[in-house]
Amino acid sequence: MSAPHQDAVPLLRRGFRLQWEPAQQAHVLLYPEGMVKLNDSAAQILTLVDGERSVADIVATLHQRFPEVPDLEADVLDFLEAAHGNHWLSNR
Amino acid sequence: MAITGSATVETRPGPPLWLLAELTYRCPLQCPYCSNPVDFADQDKELNTEQWLDVFAQARTMGAAQLGLSGGEPLTRPDLVELVCGARELGYYSNLITSGMGLNRDKVAALADAGLDHIQISFQDAEEAGNQLMAGSRKAFQHKLEMARAVKEHGFPMVLNVVIHRHNIDRIGDIIQLCLDLEADYVELATCQYYGWAHLNRQGLMPSRVQLQRAEQVVADYRRRLEDTANPCQLIFVVPDYYEERPKPCMNGWGSMFLTITPDGTALPCHSARQLPIDFPNVREHTIETIWRRSPGFNHFRGDAWMPEPCRSCDEKHEDFGGCRCQAYMLTGDATNADPVCAKSPHHHVILAARGQAGTPLDQVPPLTYRNERNARLIYRG
Repeated sequence: MSAPHQDAVPLLRRGFRLQWEPAQQAHVLLYPEGMVKLNDSAAQILTLVDGERSVADIVATLHQRFPEVPDLEADVLDFLEAAHGNHWLSNR
Repeated sequence: MAITGSATVETRPGPPLWLLAELTYRCPLQCPYCSNPVDFADQDKELNTEQWLDVFAQARTMGAAQLGLSGGEPLTRPDLVELVCGARELGYYSNLITSGMGLNRDKVAALADAGLDHIQISFQDAEEAGNQLMAGSRKAFQHKLEMARAVKEHGFPMVLNVVIHRHNIDRIGDIIQLCLDLEADYVELATCQYYGWAHLNRQGLMPSRVQLQRAEQVVADYRRRLEDTANPCQLIFVVPDYYEERPKPCMNGWGSMFLTITPDGTALPCHSARQLPIDFPNVREHTIETIWRRSPGFNHFRGDAWMPEPCRSCDEKHEDFGGCRCQAYMLTGDATNADPVCAKSPHHHVILAARGQAGTPLDQVPPLTYRNERNARLIYRG
């Protein structure tokens, strides 16, 4: 698995759904017979994965929101790579 | 989390994240490993549409996010599409767990429109004869193939579930290949767990250790092949706990995240628990909140105060919770005992004896008892 290309446009794989769960006070990723509770940064990234934004767009948006965070781009790329590895995402 | 498992003290369990709605015990198939109770023919009548939708709404408020629509065969419920619609509006991720019987292309389309998220179809084997041997239906196999294709055509993610036993385990490679040809996203190869009808038929179903080891090798080879070709399909191989030395952490702990509602509205911490000598509450009489938080049935095995030795002093008790209460009850007569799968259990010899019997030639094993209403009545009357 290699780091995602800047121009790639990721989207959640069919059958995966991201939603806020009040009882868990967290975003979760739902898929066939499974659920992953996401931490804040994972949720921030995944809510921007909409099949329209490119990887570069996602990084830029998060930079605007969190200008103080160091190594943000590397963290986002690492997460997207792992999410691809888990088969949560596909590319448009 | 409570410091006691006492039935009288109110505990603060986490939310019931998983709701399994067993909509009906009706099913056109007769699989001899069915997890339904062996006396299902004696159960009271089913909850109606409004009652189910109310259960869904209450559990969702408590935090349930995954909904399993199961049975029996859930497609025998004429209100299934309506129930799926309601579940989607509430924000559930809904999973239809079906044999595929009673499904047709129009119904697949209607379920997609209603917002169903995923369909799991069960197969009994990779070929018609083996399928028929287990399901007791001649037409089932071709129909299942056609429905699996229809499910994929509608863009659903698809899980194919195949119960594995001594009669089909040697064809596990063919079974996996069939599932890949049908473009399954997940393949569950679930070796029989010996509850319900499967417990009755254990000798006729349990594979030998040699069969199991060969099957594990085949699964490992397929997994490598999938990875090499970047195929996202995942193979889930559930090995039978009878070949383990430590028990499974059953249901991730009693009343910790799973809530099952049976066709007549009885609430259970797992779908086998009905057989235990415990009084379980019914949604016709209590709210889900009362059932989950305060009912004696759900608090019965929470915490660890109920554990006798060897569990009580065991340093692994918070990893496996002493295993499965139903298995302890079925095999030792006392549901508080350690699951005999555990090598530390004084009853572990029962498991060893079952392993010893597993290789018995088929002609020396009693014939399989099929899950149908006639047999259910016979068994219930004893």
